[in-house]
Amino acid sequence: MAINSNIHIETKNLNVSYHEHHVLKNVNIKIPTNQITAIIGPSGCGKTTLLKSFNRLLEIADEVKISGEVLVDGKNILECKGYEIPDIRKKMGLLSQKPYPLPMSIYENVAYGLKIHNNVSEDKLDETIEHCLKEAGLWDEVKKRLDDPATRLSVGQQQRLCLARAIAVKPEVLLCDEPTSALDPTAAQQIEKLLLKLKQEYTVVLVTHTLRQAKRLADYVVFIYFGEIVEQGPAKEVFKNPKDPRTKAYMEGDIS
Amino acid sequence: MIISVCIVLGSLIIIFGIVTFNGASYISIEMVTQTPNPNDALRGGILNSIIGSMLLALPATGLAFLIGLGIALYLQKDFTPSWFSGFIRFTLDVLWGIPSIVYGIFCFTIMLYFGLGGSILAGIFALTLLEIPIITRYIDEAIKMVPKGLKEGAYSLGSTKFETSMKVIRKQAFPGILSGILLGLGRGIGDTASILFTTKATNRIPTSLLDSTDTLPTTIYHSYQLPTGQPKAYAAAFILLVIVLCISILSRILSKKFTKHVIK
Amino acid sequence: MNKRKLRDIIGTKLMLIVTLFVFILFFLIFFLLIFGSISVLEHASIGELLFSSPWNPPKNFGLAPIIIATILVTGIALLIAIPISLMSAIYIAEYAPRRVRQIIRPFIDVLAGVPSIVYGLCAYLFLVPLVDNYIAPWFGVRSTGLCIFTAAVTLAVMVFPIIISLCVESFSAVPLALKEASLSVGATKWETVKKIVFRASAPGILSAILLGFGRAFGETIAVSMVVGGVPSIPESLFSPGKTLASLLPRYGELITIPLEGSALILVALVLFIVVFLFNLLGILLLRKAKKRWSY
Repeated sequence: MAINSNIHIETKNLNVSYHEHHVLKNVNIKIPTNQITAIIGPSGCGKTTLLKSFNRLLEIADEVKISGEVLVDGKNILECKGYEIPDIRKKMGLLSQKPYPLPMSIYENVAYGLKIHNNVSEDKLDETIEHCLKEAGLWDEVKKRLDDPATRLSVGQQQRLCLARAIAVKPEVLLCDEPTSALDPTAAQQIEKLLLKLKQEYTVVLVTHTLRQAKRLADYVVFIYFGEIVEQGPAKEVFKNPKDPRTKAYMEGDIS
Repeated sequence: MIISVCIVLGSLIIIFGIVTFNGASYISIEMVTQTPNPNDALRGGILNSIIGSMLLALPATGLAFLIGLGIALYLQKDFTPSWFSGFIRFTLDVLWGIPSIVYGIFCFTIMLYFGLGGSILAGIFALTLLEIPIITRYIDEAIKMVPKGLKEGAYSLGSTKFETSMKVIRKQAFPGILSGILLGLGRGIGDTASILFTTKATNRIPTSLLDSTDTLPTTIYHSYQLPTGQPKAYAAAFILLVIVLCISILSRILSKKFTKHVIK
Repeated sequence: MNKRKLRDIIGTKLMLIVTLFVFILFFLIFFLLIFGSISVLEHASIGELLFSSPWNPPKNFGLAPIIIATILVTGIALLIAIPISLMSAIYIAEYAPRRVRQIIRPFIDVLAGVPSIVYGLCAYLFLVPLVDNYIAPWFGVRSTGLCIFTAAVTLAVMVFPIIISLCVESFSAVPLALKEASLSVGATKWETVKKIVFRASAPGILSAILLGFGRAFGETIAVSMVVGGVPSIPESLFSPGKTLASLLPRYGELITIPLEGSALILVALVLFIVVFLFNLLGILLLRKAKKRWSY
């Protein structure tokens, strides 16, 4: 659970370049706590880059330049030293576009993070895993085959497994990068329902390129266009009365 | 982890160091332009070995190229069912690793059967067999890279399948193919086991295909232990290493050129 | 008939003939080896060949000490090569900055292209005196330096490039998103490498080892230069010995001794089969590994 404050993540003048290509330009946003924030915008505008800057996953790639500040609970994570990074990442759960279950059994997938951090004793491990799978809405479907390889699950189930895996280490934030784009409508619906339920405990940042999904789920909206933040605010306001003409154009489907 | 890398790189440096250190000092005009002196083993050079290596490796590479080209072109989808081409590619991969001595014994035995014994012909035969898997694979990969559009475009102009392959594909895949030829050549020059019996060592420069000859690797193999033979052995090793290095550099340059100019 | 069409058909048929010819040739080699081994197999039983000693054709055909030496040399070579190659490969694939990687790769390629005779010569000039004067005495053993240990180290260096380049390929093929999934629950880079990258590329690593084994087992020239010429059971790692492959370079001279020629062909046959099988497995695994990441 986050410290009781309204803003969970904040960026100040965040600039990101890949190989001389300036992807994020002077990004200043505020992500509210315990709400679903949707990051919307046309494809290729930097949505995923923005998301990955929150858990410092950008640095894995070669030749990435990052400047500015990313404040989580007031602390600038970009200034943290190398050994502190895994703990920062632990606070941010990641749900990717395509589910990537680890090459292990279902049980091991969820236990992975727990075992690394030695958080939980052996006897409590089973309980915790059961709890996480229940939270992800997957328990009933897999409780009899926890030792099966995770790759045998359907795509929708794999995505829920990834969710369980992320929840297991008790993050504060859930970063979701178009988590339903690879799923069929039923599975997508399940994930959406889960996110709505989970926002009570976690701050959810959802990158989506479907406006309709954003309208369904978002409490807060950030509109990003070619690396610049065009508009941000409570969902109702932005959807009903977009201030910027570009936002308007996007809402009406003129740009995509 | 870095220690491992250092060990690996270190070995390479040691190899180069030893060969250069020992070999370069023996390289002289005399060494490279004269044949061994039958009366005085300390004088004379390894010209016969150099020529011998060229006489074996160059024709072998040429032959392997022709055969490899035929196979690789045949493997292109348009001609063959995919299970067959898959099988052939697979077999070529597996055959790449067969120890060269096996080819040597095979060719030698056949030559004996014909009553011929060690000769340049036998050596070329053995080296060709050795080089076929390598060259074929490289040509295959190079041709595979030719974008389908190019091939289809050539068809639509009315050429027949065969004409298409011969002209369009060969031009586009040229650098990759050249790279493969170079690597095959390198293997042919450097391999010892396959030509150990198929060529008999001699001090003269060979005059016919049925003659015996010495080569750079066999010179090293036969004389490295004798103090009188060592200068020649080290010099030969140095030359070999230089050749291998040049081939490596050349084929790198070629593959870079290859990826730059390929039309996508 | 249309001239172009005729050329087309002839050309196609020609290529087919060439392709088939090459494969028939390879089968020919196999059968020739079998045929050549028959004489010695009629004379000595498999049991005698495998388990007895000494190796002294035409009286005795005991390969036991040679088999032992072969296992020792190949085994130790792999024991040395595998960890070093794996660590190097992980460094190159996961940790090295781009510039460093660009420098190291060509080095490995050059190492792969060095002829075995040069490896042998360097081992003879460098390792043999080293073992003779420093390493063996350090272990309290007398040795000329021409021994199992030297051969094993030489083989290990020869096998580095194969294992390294195949492993680098396997490691690089692990999808970035998988590594991100591990990192995002707070794993460190090393934990990700240890638990995820290795596991995900296990078939590739295994195939690299198999192919490396094939190379090591079949290596004739370099080994024969440094292993010492004595076909007896090695007493220690620093004793001389003879491996199966190292028996073969003398084929040309020994063919006159009755049955010895046939015996050597049998050894060549064994070499051919073993290397072939290991390569077969290795390539099969490699293909399987390549198909894995079609999520």
